[in-house]
Amino acid sequence: MSDTVEYVNQSVAPPHPLKEFWFYFKENKGAVVGLYYIVIVILVAIFANFIAPHGPFEQYRDAILKPPAWMDGGIWTYPLGTDDVGRDILSRLIYGARLSLFVGVIVVTISLAAGILLGITSGYIGGYYETAIMRMMDIMLAMPALLLAMAIVTILGPSLRNAILAIAIVILPHYVRLTRASVLSEKTKDYVTASTVSGAGTFRLMFIVILPNCMAPLIVQATLGFSTAILDAAALGFLGLGAQPPTPEWGAMLANALQFIQRAWWMVTFPGLAILLTVLAFNLAGDGLRDALDPKLKR
Amino acid sequence: MIRFLFRRIAMIIPAFIGVTLLTFALIHLIPGDPVELMAGERGIDPVRHARLMAQLGLDKPLPIQYLNYITGVMRGDLGKSLVTKQPVLKEFLTLFPATLELSLFALTFAITVGLPMGVLAGVKRGTFLDHSVMGLSLTGYSMPIFWWGLQLILFFSVYLGWTPVSGRISALFWIEPDTGFMLIDALRSEEKGTWISALRHLILPSLVLGTIPLAVIARMTRSSMLEVLQEDYVRTARAKGLAPWRVIMIHALRNATIPVITVIGLQTGVLLAGAILTESIFAWPGIGKWILESIHRRDYPAIQGGVLIISSLIILVNLGVDVLYGIVNPRIRHTR
Repeated sequence: MSDTVEYVNQSVAPPHPLKEFWFYFKENKGAVVGLYYIVIVILVAIFANFIAPHGPFEQYRDAILKPPAWMDGGIWTYPLGTDDVGRDILSRLIYGARLSLFVGVIVVTISLAAGILLGITSGYIGGYYETAIMRMMDIMLAMPALLLAMAIVTILGPSLRNAILAIAIVILPHYVRLTRASVLSEKTKDYVTASTVSGAGTFRLMFIVILPNCMAPLIVQATLGFSTAILDAAALGFLGLGAQPPTPEWGAMLANALQFIQRAWWMVTFPGLAILLTVLAFNLAGDGLRDALDPKLKR
Repeated sequence: MIRFLFRRIAMIIPAFIGVTLLTFALIHLIPGDPVELMAGERGIDPVRHARLMAQLGLDKPLPIQYLNYITGVMRGDLGKSLVTKQPVLKEFLTLFPATLELSLFALTFAITVGLPMGVLAGVKRGTFLDHSVMGLSLTGYSMPIFWWGLQLILFFSVYLGWTPVSGRISALFWIEPDTGFMLIDALRSEEKGTWISALRHLILPSLVLGTIPLAVIARMTRSSMLEVLQEDYVRTARAKGLAPWRVIMIHALRNATIPVITVIGLQTGVLLAGAILTESIFAWPGIGKWILESIHRRDYPAIQGGVLIISSLIILVNLGVDVLYGIVNPRIRHTR
């Protein structure tokens, strides 16, 4: 084959999907900033042992309620100050990043997997099975997410593990509905009929033929799911129904902060700032993903 | 319209049944049975245990128990609190006005700030103003409101000393609860300054609780405004030479608010869930704080009743919004 032909072929071929995706994604400046921030948080979480100046549980009895380094009385040994038992707040926040990302990953994995399974089967099978599942999801959606999660934690008992499970259950309906809606619109299309005619089995049709074409909205929802998971886990931790002290979870770190509000604002401010920035980053990235993946918005 | 109304009302019945099933399951999924829970740490001898179980109808098969539970619910019997021994419904009704007062203020704040913000952002699309509104709204949407409440206390109460930290009214005053709405009860008080004190206590919690609804309303108003501004009739209105503000405020905004109404209705759940966090920060004696305390005290009948009433309320408000929507926008009545 000559060089010219190759050149022509290249120019006609559409850009690699990832390249095309990045082209649209980087249009949204906020989304790019969010993505960079997420990457940084992931790195911090992975290398927490090396970055954190102190252990998350180490108590320095001679340095209780030290203010941040730049204030009077603060020292650079404890850059963001210490808490009421002399633990370094920065180190606890760094280890907390691990927990928050862990919560996000597990919650999204559980609810995405279960949501896809329920959504794709109810969309494909239909009938009473579909009605039963969808009504159940509607009922779950009628309750405020936090209240339902609290009810589930009441049954299971308060701990980080049970909080994760509760949040995964609570956000499940969104994935089920989203998957079912995409399956319904996909399953009547010609390529599915073609596969059916050529003898593909039910399992293959559901998970290999249809599912890949339903992924775009699910990816967006999964990214936004991270922010919901982190926020709700922090709220449960704050209420004493999630991670229990002395776990360095961002929400649990705020649980007894109210009593120090007069004396130690740094104990009250930094953990919440970490939650807000991380949640904001995931929401920004999710918005960008939606713009990049939604073909309707592409001009 | 009547058919539409009936269809909508019929749709909520399965939802109610589902919610009662869920709250019924709640009490049966917890480890230990209710009698053991009532007996507490001391334990109870098997004979009395069996007698109490029979007395409470807990020895019957589950379907019968559920039927008994649901007939009780219909009559307004939600059981008695294990801690205070008071009927759950009575406790709920005493505390509910506090939450309602707070939620109404929060919603008013969210609408009066969020709606104009959204309209401005939509009209000035792509400008610095638009970007700031959208940025602020996304930040509000991502806000851990329990932390936001602490920050506002830190700034307004601790640093500036402008607002009180917690409660519904200064400890200097004693208000005999009558309607349960502090602002109304305080008005009838003889003492000077009670009403102002009640209002000052209401400001910070409303701000905190209204933050997420504010963000959602601003976003929704903006996108709805953008859509409406592209319609032909808006161009016609402009071409007729109407004043720009008139086109925006009268012609566009009226249609743009239709989806916003739905979104405002959907905030009921957000408000009631947010009330749990807000009330626990500001020591606001409403149902949010009550449910949280019930969970910590393992007062299962109270949790069960609270979850049931709150969920039913949300279902009813959503029904109300749907009906309102059908009145505002006749097209919706004939679909489906």
